[in-house]
Amino acid sequence: MSLLLALILSPLFLGIIVRTKAFFAGRKGQPLLQFYYDLVKLLRKGVVYSSSTTLVFRLSPWLALATVGTALFILPLPGYSGWISFPGDFFVLFSLLGVLRFSLVCSALDTGSSFEGMGASREMFISFLAEPALLLSFLVLAFGLEGYTLKEILSHPFSIGAGRTVALYFISVSLLIVLLAENSRIPFDDPNTHLELTMIHEVMVLDHSGPDLAGILYSSALKLWILGSLWVGISIPVRWGIFYIDVLVFLGSMGLLAVIIGIIESILARVRMIRVSHALSLATVLAGLALLWTIG
Amino acid sequence: MYLKLYFPSFQRYFREWGVSEMRNGESIALKDLPYLEFLRFKTVLQDAVRTGNRILGLWAVPSGKEYSMFGAILYPSTQSVEILHSTVEKTYPSLTLDLPCLHWFERDLSERFGMIPQEHPWLKPIRFYKGEVGKVEFFQVMGEEVHEVAVGPVHAGVIEPGHFRFQCYGEKVFHLEISLGYQHRGVERALTNGPNERSIHYAETLAGDTTIGHTTAYALLMEGLSGLLPSLHSEWIRAISLELERLANHIGDIGALSGDIGFLPTQSYCGRIRGDVLNLTALLCGNRFGRSLVRPGGVRYTIERERLDILRGKLREIENDTISAIELFFETPSVRARLEGTGIVPTDVARELGLVGVAARASGIPMDIRKDLPWGFFRIQSPSVGVHPSGDCYARAFLRWVEIQESFRFLHRITESFPEESSMKETFPSIDSGTRTYPFLLPDTLGIGITEGWRGEIFHVAATDREGKFAWYRVFDPSFHNWIGLAYAMRGGEISDFPLCNKSFNLSYCGHDL
Repeated sequence: MSLLLALILSPLFLGIIVRTKAFFAGRKGQPLLQFYYDLVKLLRKGVVYSSSTTLVFRLSPWLALATVGTALFILPLPGYSGWISFPGDFFVLFSLLGVLRFSLVCSALDTGSSFEGMGASREMFISFLAEPALLLSFLVLAFGLEGYTLKEILSHPFSIGAGRTVALYFISVSLLIVLLAENSRIPFDDPNTHLELTMIHEVMVLDHSGPDLAGILYSSALKLWILGSLWVGISIPVRWGIFYIDVLVFLGSMGLLAVIIGIIESILARVRMIRVSHALSLATVLAGLALLWTIG
Repeated sequence: MYLKLYFPSFQRYFREWGVSEMRNGESIALKDLPYLEFLRFKTVLQDAVRTGNRILGLWAVPSGKEYSMFGAILYPSTQSVEILHSTVEKTYPSLTLDLPCLHWFERDLSERFGMIPQEHPWLKPIRFYKGEVGKVEFFQVMGEEVHEVAVGPVHAGVIEPGHFRFQCYGEKVFHLEISLGYQHRGVERALTNGPNERSIHYAETLAGDTTIGHTTAYALLMEGLSGLLPSLHSEWIRAISLELERLANHIGDIGALSGDIGFLPTQSYCGRIRGDVLNLTALLCGNRFGRSLVRPGGVRYTIERERLDILRGKLREIENDTISAIELFFETPSVRARLEGTGIVPTDVARELGLVGVAARASGIPMDIRKDLPWGFFRIQSPSVGVHPSGDCYARAFLRWVEIQESFRFLHRITESFPEESSMKETFPSIDSGTRTYPFLLPDTLGIGITEGWRGEIFHVAATDREGKFAWYRVFDPSFHNWIGLAYAMRGGEISDFPLCNKSFNLSYCGHDL
């Protein structure tokens, strides 16, 4: 179920973000379903390969889709079990996202373009700072809840104990920062910019075209959905125990998250590249504080 | 010792005697231009710069085997310009060593005529290399971990072509070299042997976003050379249109800066408001960019009471919208954090490089042709000059905001009443009614026209031949002075800051290439 929802609705999630931003900018905005149209359009196009690229470049979109698809099997609907569930499964989930990034970075380096090289180095720099915060957050939760599968962590995060709920707030903020950074949203990156020199994620896929680009865009949308549903699972712990109501609550929460992201993007300007590390250190520090709170 | 002290003042006395000091828009017979030996020429320029005056331009004209070299100095204290004249051989000792602000001008000379300024520290063409555009031998940084990034001439946005070459170490920029010339149209050459029916249209399109600024400079120059005297009413309309042009561009620039840092609200509102201001120019003359408004001797369109009231009403509305859009921009902490400390050009460097206009004022140099060398309506009233000391992107953005507010105030003030309504008829230059659309010019005369466009000072200078046709025509757009400032601002900065710095200067490519 979680798999199907992600596959079907992740482009819509992006659509809601864009519409929220348009609202704040005083514009009407593109149709909610625009990303679906874009994907269909790209799938019908041909592919252009630069003569300097190799097999790595051609494989990367499909490797990206494959890793993200595998990750979806692990991702549970909050309160329920994923298709695959075992103690420590969140490590595998995050590693799969790491492989996704690895494949994109490889393909960017493969083009030999100075822009793409810069983008790759920035992407690695950001994820290198974001990953500790992400892992630390989930370790804290796992220890606090004494459950080591995603199902157990996301089922009842507030059963962590009355004195420890503050830790959850810290983790929630920390995860939101990581979510924005990992998915190249403002204030870390600007998905809409046309300025190559300031791009991070966008510049890495400049040379991809047609179905390849569709694959990459789709896997990015899925990645945003995965991190988004983890955030929702922890920050909005409303569980009825009735499956269909829980699904509706989850979808409502995802919609809310999209609006929140849209608002953040509207009221903040991008930070300077050099200050990205400060913002991400904040995420790690918050996760560290949560750890102290849980232990103490 | 005695001689050294005495000599400069003696010289100065002689030059004053030669009546070479001019007001804005005046002309001088070529034979009345005092001739200086090259060494004196150089000393006078150096003295002028040392005492806080500025060099408007340096240019040369081939005469036989030698070259007539001209320099123009602006004396803000007396609101006058002095034109210097000397003769040099093809190879001459470079002025750049003592006057870094002439660096670009001398490179231009060597490109045009193959002149060789000896010991010029960085002699290479600024537009064409071996007759071709873009084949530049770039300054290079060598080393294992140094990398080069090439951007342009085709860009991702809809902007003019220009090539940027960065020497980077990771994200840090050691050096940026800017290669222009892609927009060269040969306008100055096309203007020689003028004026003719086409000249005015060349003037209007010297830089498309500064139509009023350039056309007014052209008109000033033509009026000085022909003795045409525009009415106060037409000077008033020129002032209104110039400030409207400044408003439209400054508002558009702040919107674009906002877009570059991903701050959406101000970006979209400013984009719309810019259009509203352009529409006011259209209300004035039917064209959003002010084409076919300014003509030598006057303006082609006037404004009657009803339309003036509409203009005033809309101006109020636009001002309110602008205030809410731009105040939001400067009140947002993340915006200020992004802009502050990015792309700094310190005051002394700005002075040495000879920056002009917004870029210079944002580096703490109070210069504005509307004050320093007023023309037309600005002789009666002129907006006050804002200065910001920090020289970073924030200063350049904030100074635009200051100038927007000041332009609004100025426009409200001067549109309160018609000046001399009786002079309405004279608004239309008489030359326009006949078949001839340009005036007769004095022969063998040099004329100047200088205005403060929204980017900075626009300097037009030309001389006529025996028949009253332009023997040569030179245009110095503010971009010509300021591109080197952008390159400097990037030194030691981050490469991801470049689009922001570039936008904060917002220089013209075609205005530089001409």
